[in-house]
Amino acid sequence: MKLGYGPAALAVGTMLVTGLFTGSALAVDLAIVSGAVGDDIKMLRSNLDRYEKETGNTVKIVEMPQSTTDQFGQYRLWLSAGNADIDVYRTDVIWAPQLANHLLDLTEAAKDVAGAHFPSIIESQTVDGKLVAIPMFTDAPALYYRKDLLEKYGAEPPKTWEELTATAQMVQDKEREAGNGDFHGFVFQGAAYEGLTCDALEWVKSHGGGQIVEADGTISINNPDAIKAINTAKSWIGTISPEGVLGYKEEDARGVWQTGSAAFMRNWPYAYSLSNSDDSAVKGKFDVAPLPSGGDGSAATLGGWNLAVSKYSKHPDEAIGLALFLASEESQKRRATELSRLPTIEALYDDPDVAAAQPIIPSWKEIFLNAVPRPSAPTKKDYNEVSKEFWTAVHDSLSGNGDTEANFKKLEAKLKRLKGSGWE
Amino acid sequence: MNILKSIGFYALVIIIVVVSVFPFYYAILTSFKSGTAIFQVDYWPKYFSWENYRLVMTQGSFPLNILNSLFVSSVVVVISLFLAITASFALARVRFRGRKLLLLTILSVSMFPQIAVLAGLFEMIRALGIYNTLWSLVLAYMIFTLPFTVWVLTTFMRDLPVELEEAAIVDGANSWAIVTRVFMPLMWPALVTTGLLAFIAAWNEFLFALTFVSNNDTRTVPVAIALLSGASEQEIPWGPIMAASVIVTVPLIVLVLIFQRKIVAGLTAGGVKG
Amino acid sequence: MAASDTATAARSRRSNLKAERIRSSWIFLAPMLLVLAFVAGWPLLKTIWFGFTDASLDALSSADFIGFNNYLEWVDYGDGDGEWYGLLADPDWWQAVYNTVFFSLVSVFFETIFGTIVALVLHAEFKGRGFVRAAVLIPWAIPTIVSAKMWAWMMNDQFGILNDLFLHIGVISQPIAWTASADTAMIAVLIVDIWKTTPFMALLILAGLQMIPQDIYEAAKIDGINPVKVFFRVTLPLIKPALAVAVIFRALDALRVFDLIYVLTPNNSQTKTMSVFAQENLFQFDKFAYGSAASTLLFLVIGVITIVYLKIARVDLEGGR
Repeated sequence: MKLGYGPAALAVGTMLVTGLFTGSALAVDLAIVSGAVGDDIKMLRSNLDRYEKETGNTVKIVEMPQSTTDQFGQYRLWLSAGNADIDVYRTDVIWAPQLANHLLDLTEAAKDVAGAHFPSIIESQTVDGKLVAIPMFTDAPALYYRKDLLEKYGAEPPKTWEELTATAQMVQDKEREAGNGDFHGFVFQGAAYEGLTCDALEWVKSHGGGQIVEADGTISINNPDAIKAINTAKSWIGTISPEGVLGYKEEDARGVWQTGSAAFMRNWPYAYSLSNSDDSAVKGKFDVAPLPSGGDGSAATLGGWNLAVSKYSKHPDEAIGLALFLASEESQKRRATELSRLPTIEALYDDPDVAAAQPIIPSWKEIFLNAVPRPSAPTKKDYNEVSKEFWTAVHDSLSGNGDTEANFKKLEAKLKRLKGSGWE
Repeated sequence: MNILKSIGFYALVIIIVVVSVFPFYYAILTSFKSGTAIFQVDYWPKYFSWENYRLVMTQGSFPLNILNSLFVSSVVVVISLFLAITASFALARVRFRGRKLLLLTILSVSMFPQIAVLAGLFEMIRALGIYNTLWSLVLAYMIFTLPFTVWVLTTFMRDLPVELEEAAIVDGANSWAIVTRVFMPLMWPALVTTGLLAFIAAWNEFLFALTFVSNNDTRTVPVAIALLSGASEQEIPWGPIMAASVIVTVPLIVLVLIFQRKIVAGLTAGGVKG
Repeated sequence: MAASDTATAARSRRSNLKAERIRSSWIFLAPMLLVLAFVAGWPLLKTIWFGFTDASLDALSSADFIGFNNYLEWVDYGDGDGEWYGLLADPDWWQAVYNTVFFSLVSVFFETIFGTIVALVLHAEFKGRGFVRAAVLIPWAIPTIVSAKMWAWMMNDQFGILNDLFLHIGVISQPIAWTASADTAMIAVLIVDIWKTTPFMALLILAGLQMIPQDIYEAAKIDGINPVKVFFRVTLPLIKPALAVAVIFRALDALRVFDLIYVLTPNNSQTKTMSVFAQENLFQFDKFAYGSAASTLLFLVIGVITIVYLKIARVDLEGGR
């Protein structure tokens, strides 16, 4: 009874169902909820079509806005309300500890396939010995750059943030002189949401400023390197980056990039295939590189999405089957070749089809294997708030609402207060 | 001097009209653009494509969301009016101890911050097992439609002449008969106005709808619009969002324009006469 | 003899009638009161109760009473050092209080001024008045979420018409990120709110204007008093009661603002109001009890203002009879 129109509708619904499915009594209706960027939903639908054909079950997609922060708020609410209308959730890599209580243990069901995935990812989705979600794809961002423009103006892809700042400024100036008034040097995700935590973690980590909260639970964010990192980013706003970048999420940044209005972009691999699509203004004109270093090496935030099964699902067995299906090698391969989504199954990095379709993928294995995790493991249930405090402090600093030193001092105090006698 | 004055006056009038109407006009303009035309700023209509409307009405569950909103708002209004009409008779026409306190309570409830009951309501809805059904919204919306309708109907009923009632009392009619036979026929205009205002309030509600229902299929229109995400390659699907906005707003505007005078009377009864 | 009999009989019949009326009025009131108690009274009490517990979203039923700790608590670190915790010591909460009060004051201030201007215009007699009144009602009729989306689109930093317009007339030299930047986020929210609710103010003030007898103006006209003076000396004092009520109504509405900010400037610390703060703690963080405490405080604030309003505006609860 999903519509809630009352007993009459229920009666009609039951009649319909019994009428339709007397032949295949086993077929069930499932629902999967998923946020999306780019063509994610289209791909999900096409994989679901295959699933439906194979099993006879039907699956409905519940769509969500692209902000991962909004998604999380809703999912937590539904799960704590014991919502039985959603069977499978697409979950961010950082959510496992916070949602674990409401998710089914997939250890037993996935015991034959779990070994094929990277152990570190399986580990990140294991809470108290329970595998709460099965990996769907992983993510590690890249620096997208316009190789045509760099060649034109005789520049190299930047290795450090300083080089990026200088090159972006130079290209932007030259392009604007050439009459391209809306051209920007660098776009990234600067809106106040989880995405900013990812971007800022990369700046901080690559400057040697730590990981906000270290693996042992120490709060490390208030240090000179971290402050320097944020101040570097602050210098971009209004110079090489439009002021509006403070409201950009992944798709906003890609919008500017893909219309050919930016020299550099920080984004996830999904943007690779889209930027190479036929209606893209930058098709064939760009390449990707590891994110620049701030003096302590390049850092990429570990992302990635997984499939979790709700404890409140009315059809747990079918739902688990669906999750495994969408995480299977074949589904991952399709996602990799068509959407340039990084597989979590190690073997696919050596697959010739994948390499032919998306040359970025094999070379990306190293980068994501060394990616920096967000501090969701040490901060446990408090991660969401830690992240909010962090992105708020960064957003305030970037938008000129107090200086970074003061904001990070405040941030440190808040995190200490949150931690209390220990993270729980 | 006089000409200058009237030029100034009409300039003011034009500013007021333009500021009031322009955002909606621009939304309509945007909703008829498709593809990349949407990213060009235009002040006058240049494009005319139904594409966004087609998208909104065929892809996803927007038509269902409209039905949901219609269902919830109508049920809420009917129940509220039904409960309010007898209650307002008692409050407006009968003197009894505690009446003042009651009116005070009702007025305060109508000013409740919705967030104050959100936690408690959430627990209750979960316990009743109506989470993610439209009934949860019907229940929750009572909190603002009921006090509002009682209050406005009480002010309306107070203004009806005493003689009507006295004649009925002399005829030996009891209170029920007085309400149904004497007042009801006179109250129709007030009921329509109050109902319309309550309907608009329920139609526009966001916080409860965001919290108590979850599926595409159970969402109401405001939540659907707020969460409308593109299953397309575009970034934020501004075109479909504007089309959806126009679809849900046009009926409201038509209703408001038709019932203009009555609505003004209703609003002022809720406020000024208090 | 006969006459007095009739009188007594009539009196007793009347008091019977009165008793019947009072009895039936309670029956009339009962369903409404029951529903209100169920949807407003009980949830409110529950919210207040949760504010005194350690409830979390996952464990509502096993909440334990912890007194005022969500409001204020001294946490001793055991080494002679310690810190105040709780809502009253939380800078984020006070920022939200400040944002809410600032938003309410500024929006109501401008709405009153613009509302008065619009009401005066609508009160004047001119050709096309009906049309203008209809036009003015449009912002009021548009759902808040829709207005937020419409304006978000107009304020878009890359493709928004507002930047285009301002660039053309030279008010700004480069595009402004209205909803994202710290300096303008609150301004953006205020613009939309003022645009949306000025019609409501105008209507209430217009109603006040229409109650002023025309001959007062006639007298002023004959005496040749300057219209501006007439407004401040005559009109304003006369519409003051209507104005006061309208202001308080709007202020109470502004203090609980949620949807506009949630949609237009999500997660922005510059525009986070008390309602948004409470919602965020209730459902996005693992702090259901803390959010309940915040909701309770907001309720108290609005409750106090309501009582003050009832005193100031001397609401006529007896209906003048």
